[in-house]
Amino acid sequence: MLEIKGLKVKLEDEDKQILKGVDLKVEAGKVHAIMGPNGSGKSTLSYVLSGRDGYEVTEGSATLEGEDLLDLEAEERAALGLFLAFQYPVEIPGVGNMTFLRTAVNAQRKARGEDEMSAADFLKVIRAKAKTLKIDADMLKRPVNVGFSGGEKKRNEILQMAMLEPKMCILDETDSGLDVDAMKLVSEGVNALRSEGRGFLVITHYQRLLDHIKPDVVHIMANGRIVKTGGPELALEVEQNGYADILAEAV
Amino acid sequence: MSLLQAKQEATAAQLSGTTVPAGAGWITSLREDALARVRQMGLPTRRDEYWKYTRPETLVEAAVKPAAPFKHDEAPLFDEINRLKIVFVDGVFDADASDDLPGENLTIERLADVAQADIHWAKDIYGALETKGQTPVDRPLAAYNTAMATDGVVIRVTGEVSRPINLIYKHESDVSDVVLHHVVKVEEGGKVTLLENGPAAARFNNVLEVEIADKAEFHHVRAQGRDHERRAATHMFTRLGTESVFKSFTLTVNGVLTRNDCVIELTGDDAIAHVAGACVGDGDFHHDDTVFITHDAVACESRQVFKKVLRNGATGVFQGKILVKAGAQKTDGYQISQSLLLDGDSQFLAKPELEIYADDVACSHGSTSGAIDEEGLFYLRARGVPKDIATDLLTLAFLAEAVDEIEDADLAGEILGRLEGWLERRRG
Repeated sequence: MLEIKGLKVKLEDEDKQILKGVDLKVEAGKVHAIMGPNGSGKSTLSYVLSGRDGYEVTEGSATLEGEDLLDLEAEERAALGLFLAFQYPVEIPGVGNMTFLRTAVNAQRKARGEDEMSAADFLKVIRAKAKTLKIDADMLKRPVNVGFSGGEKKRNEILQMAMLEPKMCILDETDSGLDVDAMKLVSEGVNALRSEGRGFLVITHYQRLLDHIKPDVVHIMANGRIVKTGGPELALEVEQNGYADILAEAV
Repeated sequence: MSLLQAKQEATAAQLSGTTVPAGAGWITSLREDALARVRQMGLPTRRDEYWKYTRPETLVEAAVKPAAPFKHDEAPLFDEINRLKIVFVDGVFDADASDDLPGENLTIERLADVAQADIHWAKDIYGALETKGQTPVDRPLAAYNTAMATDGVVIRVTGEVSRPINLIYKHESDVSDVVLHHVVKVEEGGKVTLLENGPAAARFNNVLEVEIADKAEFHHVRAQGRDHERRAATHMFTRLGTESVFKSFTLTVNGVLTRNDCVIELTGDDAIAHVAGACVGDGDFHHDDTVFITHDAVACESRQVFKKVLRNGATGVFQGKILVKAGAQKTDGYQISQSLLLDGDSQFLAKPELEIYADDVACSHGSTSGAIDEEGLFYLRARGVPKDIATDLLTLAFLAEAVDEIEDADLAGEILGRLEGWLERRRG
């Protein structure tokens, strides 16, 4: 599904190398988690994959089902089936949540040469999906993320994911700012989307999210590289001992 | 020679031989008085404080700059609205194209007819609100209008008027130089909505005087036409009584030069005045909103919301002032002017002013100028929305805050439709 090879990335404006050779392969149907201390490059990886400006790829490649991602615009990557759930969802005053989502769904369909979804069909689908995420009609009408609580914003990210039905989902610290109940709700939303054909890359600081979204593979990232890969037990090890031991071992 | 003397001499030279239009005694004396005031204050020049950012020459000079009427295939604005149509073609009332004038709780007359009447209630308003609005800032183009206007409508509202009155301006001649003057009197408890749209003329000088009595409401939605080469100077003067409401919104799409002055005087307690504008300019476009709001009563609310989207070297100007007189306690004044500059060539010039002589008031103002929000743009693109559509969505969202000031959802929808059309045409 997603294949990253020897990816090296620096900031566009300054000579600062952030990713120093990342290799990673997420298969369809699998959930991979990336854990790592602050500043290890986890969020940068998610931004580079989704096409945010400000980064320069100096070496390596990233492909989604064999298609080169790095040459594509952000919207083209999305249409291919890549989805990033933002750590900090952006507030967009003046654009209604519903308008935003319908524009996005239909833009992706159009890019893939599919028919656009009618307003009535869209409404039917979004209502059902919103309900399971406990997103009420008012939240759908309000401007995108404006005045939403931390939990509402993250739920809104998962709703977008559910509507867009991507092949590859990257969740960037989706647990940050969530209380226990909200984390459970969001995790259930994610779990409902797990399927044979879909890959997940879950970026998180803490093991607790992985209690709810059970990963198949856990990677530890430090200083711009993946330093260790293992099963779910690796996350528990981090939880108990911190990163210090693993990092020492990696050096 | 002082600046004023120089202006007076230039104005005297330009207006030598100018006489006011023929009419009944009462209006002739008002017109002559107005012409004398123009000679006294002089026509505007670039050296005047409130004409620093907008060149008045083409609005003032004797010969009008030709402007071709613009042909387009958009459906007429407000077409979906059940309204009473009053049509002016190159500044002349067109009875055939207009609806029958009388309506419930309403009398409408042509200024041309009113001006021939021996006596008319309009004499207490015609030029009176304009004259009041000359202090403390001269508005000579408005005084000139009072002196020279021969057509317009004179409206009296005595109760709630169910459908909006729509003044439709049509521009047909390349060299039309139009002066229209409208008077509206909304009596106690009355409520009316006035719509104005169309480009009117190659050069348009429009004055609207609105007297709003206690507990009366006046709503106004205006769209200034797309004709690229047209020029316009408009003035709105309004006086509000106790617990009355004034809400005005203006959309300006293109036009080489537009200057909109709005002068509001809150004279009765608990009155509300909102004035808003959205403008979109591309290329050779200059748009100036100049607002002067005077709080002269207790617990009044005023609100100014102006949004401008500019590209390809377009210029936007905002000059907005809130004056709170001594004794106008519990005033709630708000002003925001913002521009979205879609490229580095465009400019926005803003001069917000507050002058407060009461000690228990809340007044705030803000002015910003910026580009499209990159964070928002990336967020939309990461969801699959192409860059041009995402940019339009954010642009429309920016303008929507001004359009939201229109209370009636159908009218707001008509205006949003125009803005979407503008964006779509630019996307090609």
